[in-house]
Amino acid sequence: MSPDADIPVLTTSVEKMVQWARRSSIWPVTFGLACCAIEMMAMSCGRYDIARFGAEVFRGSPRQSDLMIVAGRLSRKMAPALRRIYDQMPEPKWVISMGACASIGGVFDNYALVQGVDQVVPVDVYVPGCPPRPESLIYGIVQLQRKITLQKLA
Amino acid sequence: MDSTALVALLQEGLPGVHLESAPSGDLQTTIFVVRDDVPAVMRALRNRPELRFSFLAELTAADFWPREPRFELIYILVSLEHRLRMRLKVRLAENDAHVATVTGVWPAANWLEREVWDLFGIVFDDHPDPRRLLMPEDWEGFPLRKDYPVQIQMKPRVSEPIQMTAEEFRANVEQDRLARK
Repeated sequence: MSPDADIPVLTTSVEKMVQWARRSSIWPVTFGLACCAIEMMAMSCGRYDIARFGAEVFRGSPRQSDLMIVAGRLSRKMAPALRRIYDQMPEPKWVISMGACASIGGVFDNYALVQGVDQVVPVDVYVPGCPPRPESLIYGIVQLQRKITLQKLA
Repeated sequence: MDSTALVALLQEGLPGVHLESAPSGDLQTTIFVVRDDVPAVMRALRNRPELRFSFLAELTAADFWPREPRFELIYILVSLEHRLRMRLKVRLAENDAHVATVTGVWPAANWLEREVWDLFGIVFDDHPDPRRLLMPEDWEGFPLRKDYPVQIQMKPRVSEPIQMTAEEFRANVEQDRLARK
């Protein structure tokens, strides 16, 4: 808004407005698989308060969500369920791989676990840590917001 | 009750059965039982009034590969009435790894036997529900065997999403709408 304008109007491009809307209200789907989920819950509660970044509305249904935070180790038996939840989410959608186990298998270098959820779903942001502190996950969400800001519409 | 006393007590009711007391580092009463005698011995342990092992606390297995006989089944039994615990072991060879189910004696054995089948591949004859318990149903191999690889290079299996055209989707919605009227 120009300072000398009398009429209360903002001008911007549609692309910038859509990017702003998308990044400012990320709705994550609850996908807690292990101890990382405890840190994810801590992040969404009062002390760390992810509401400051507009991502506090955890949904039980993938059909209402934009973001999947894979919090914990993914077993091979769970992989089809994870993929199905991801497929049920409407576009546009993003995935955060939270912690060492979700990203590369972590300490569980064995037959039962998927060695990185990027074998099952496309991952946008990897958050390292075992488990990552809530601040790390918030940093991951802010990184995702920067990524969304750079996404072109066309 | 120590192992030899238990063997003597069981032996008088079951004359044809081969029992053997086993050494154990933790002083737990431990006996070895031959595979074919398992149903008779289990029934005696549960039903005899001076024993009454009414509670199957644990059923697991151990793999001593490449030793032969390779597997040992381990049953942990508790007698609540007489405050006794005991351990019962059954040796099984690799090419003959099957044993009679004890679900008829203790219903708790159902899932425990499924777990042992799932992870060790030991068959329980006449089991009422012989499915895998922990691993996916289409899994190949038995992971807790010592010759099973720790890491397998295999892409994780995922289900394919349902694909439909826009016309099919609209037809489905219309059908659903009509059904609700």
